[in-house]
Amino acid sequence: MVLKLEHVTKKFGDFAAVDNLSLEIPEKEMFGFLGANGAGKTTTFRMILGLMDPTAGNITWNGKPINYSTSPLIGYLPEERGLYPKLKVRDQIVYLARLRGMQKKAVLKELEYWLERFKVPEYADKKVEELSKGNQQKIQFVAAVIHKPKLIILDEPFSGLDPVNVEQLKEAVLELKEAGNTIVFSSHRMEHVEEMCEHLCIMQKGSPIVHGSLKDIKRSFGKKNLVIHADFDLSWLKELNGVTSAKKTPEGIQLQITGESVAEEVLKEIFGKGFIRKFDLEEPSLNDIFIEKAGASYE
Amino acid sequence: MNNFFIILFHTYLSKLKTKQFIITTIITAALMVGLAYLPKLIESFDKDNTERIAVIDETGQLFEPFKKQIATVNTDVKVVRYTGNNEEADKKVKDGKFDGVLELNLTSENLPAASYRAMSIANTSVPGDIEASLQQMKTMMASQQLKLTQEQLGKLYEPVKLDKKALEKDAKTEEELNQARGLVYVLLFVIYFAVIMYANMIAMEVATEKSSRVMEILISSVSPIKQMFAKILGIGLLSLTQLAVILLAGYFSIKQNLKTMEGGFFESFGFGNIPVGTIVYAVIFFILGYFLYATLAAFLGSLVSRIEDVQQMITPMTLLIVAGFMMAMFGLGQPESTFIKVTSFIPFFAPMLMFLRVGMLNLPLWEAALSIGIMLATIIALAIFGARVYRGGVLMYGKSNSYKDIKKALQMTKQ
Repeated sequence: MVLKLEHVTKKFGDFAAVDNLSLEIPEKEMFGFLGANGAGKTTTFRMILGLMDPTAGNITWNGKPINYSTSPLIGYLPEERGLYPKLKVRDQIVYLARLRGMQKKAVLKELEYWLERFKVPEYADKKVEELSKGNQQKIQFVAAVIHKPKLIILDEPFSGLDPVNVEQLKEAVLELKEAGNTIVFSSHRMEHVEEMCEHLCIMQKGSPIVHGSLKDIKRSFGKKNLVIHADFDLSWLKELNGVTSAKKTPEGIQLQITGESVAEEVLKEIFGKGFIRKFDLEEPSLNDIFIEKAGASYE
Repeated sequence: MNNFFIILFHTYLSKLKTKQFIITTIITAALMVGLAYLPKLIESFDKDNTERIAVIDETGQLFEPFKKQIATVNTDVKVVRYTGNNEEADKKVKDGKFDGVLELNLTSENLPAASYRAMSIANTSVPGDIEASLQQMKTMMASQQLKLTQEQLGKLYEPVKLDKKALEKDAKTEEELNQARGLVYVLLFVIYFAVIMYANMIAMEVATEKSSRVMEILISSVSPIKQMFAKILGIGLLSLTQLAVILLAGYFSIKQNLKTMEGGFFESFGFGNIPVGTIVYAVIFFILGYFLYATLAAFLGSLVSRIEDVQQMITPMTLLIVAGFMMAMFGLGQPESTFIKVTSFIPFFAPMLMFLRVGMLNLPLWEAALSIGIMLATIIALAIFGARVYRGGVLMYGKSNSYKDIKKALQMTKQ
């Protein structure tokens, strides 16, 4: 059940929202989609779901195109949350799940499980407009996964949630992954992707600028971060060979270096100059990679 | 169950259960019942309505014949011989003892003349009756003076005989035409209101789903086209339910009251015996008109992002319906004019204008069939085009709400 995008392009007039995107999302994996607003994430999802046809290219799931006959196997949490404000949670979920091919009885049973799980069983008889935004989002999530889809597409699932709810939702997402589902999710929170995904893709202006497994991406990036906390001035370190950038921190400096050997050099240079409280060589964060590749910061 | 029917019944049932729907239906049905009982109601208010008129007859010979005459015209008018002078009589009117004062005189030619004074002469029926009675008396007196025999008099007043006969077979007589006009008039109103109301409801429904963003989930499970038609049919079913309740309430209360209103308002409006054909055509044209405008409303509704903008978007459509209705009102008086004939084949006006023509005239079947065919073709064309706009429109969010968006919406889904 591989989800495959081959040279997918989507144009609106002259503007290319997605430009020549090729991806392969393996089965039973969690795939992260990163990108600023307008990078083409939502458009890509809409094409995967068949809501829009690509201008060029192919999208297949397990070798077949995705259309309405496969919709019971797909779960979708749109970026813009949307439920009927005047409808009770139960009626709402029953309606939406039946459209995904579920029987009413089964929906009610599953709904009970999910509401129990999110510790909100009393919401079944409430109208959606009476719930807080965070709780509406939980209901929305339930609507996306209640029919036990094999492919789950979550557009910004954690945005707008408090940390407790983020943890609850993360746990649920990981559980769905453990159960053998393929999950594609987008976020503009790098740490969420870093934490949860094996494979990822960073989009910018419709094209993937980084694509592959998290480990490979980090390894091939080459650069590492060196964090030094010391009591003496360190700013001159940026002049050294192999140091690509430097950022002053309250307790010292953070350097970006081209490899481990540079760290050795740096250590030699500062050794004996004063007391060093911290000398730490770190893997680059996704944020660093993104800034480097896209030439712009995210948030 | 098929997704199509899930949406259809969800739309139908969830709307059916709303307070708004139940209340509007009850109020309208109550209005229909009220209307049927209206003549009775007016009658009961009018019970104690005898007009007392003081008659000052200076000649002494006019009062008796006048009293006899007026009794045949209007039994509610009670005349009393009054012997006082004018001022006294006027005062009694002001005090409310009498409703009016009538002074009878003879002219120099020995014919009756009179003057009538009352607090207000807004009510024309009493002066009118008095005038008619006096006219009758004058005729009699004048003919006596001329020494005309009863026979001569009869000849003089015999109405001329105009035999109207339509050459077309089955053409409606003048009386039938008037009756048809009443029924068509009422049904035109029903079509007009229903089409406006339910087309509005469709546009609102689509815009609500879009603005609440539930649309994106819906269209990821069911194709927009299926969804659009399920919605149109669901609301259509709702409209038929509502109309059935209202019309049945109206029908039964009118039927109950029919005896008391023989020759009255309802009979002259053609409710005495309702031609089945007209009703069948009304239903057909209502359904066609509904589908035509509902399809239009659905795709217009899909273009707006906020509910507030719906009205603005569908105003041109509403104006089209209003224009059709205005033409129909004009057509009621001249159903045979070329203008009405031509416009009854234009699909946006046809639901009202062709109905008007089949209701009032005896049209060859092909004319109605052609108009229905044109409408069906337009509905299909609109549905195909509308579905494409709808598919892109529901994914579009932005602040602009113009017809340029139609182009943008088509682009969204273009390959």
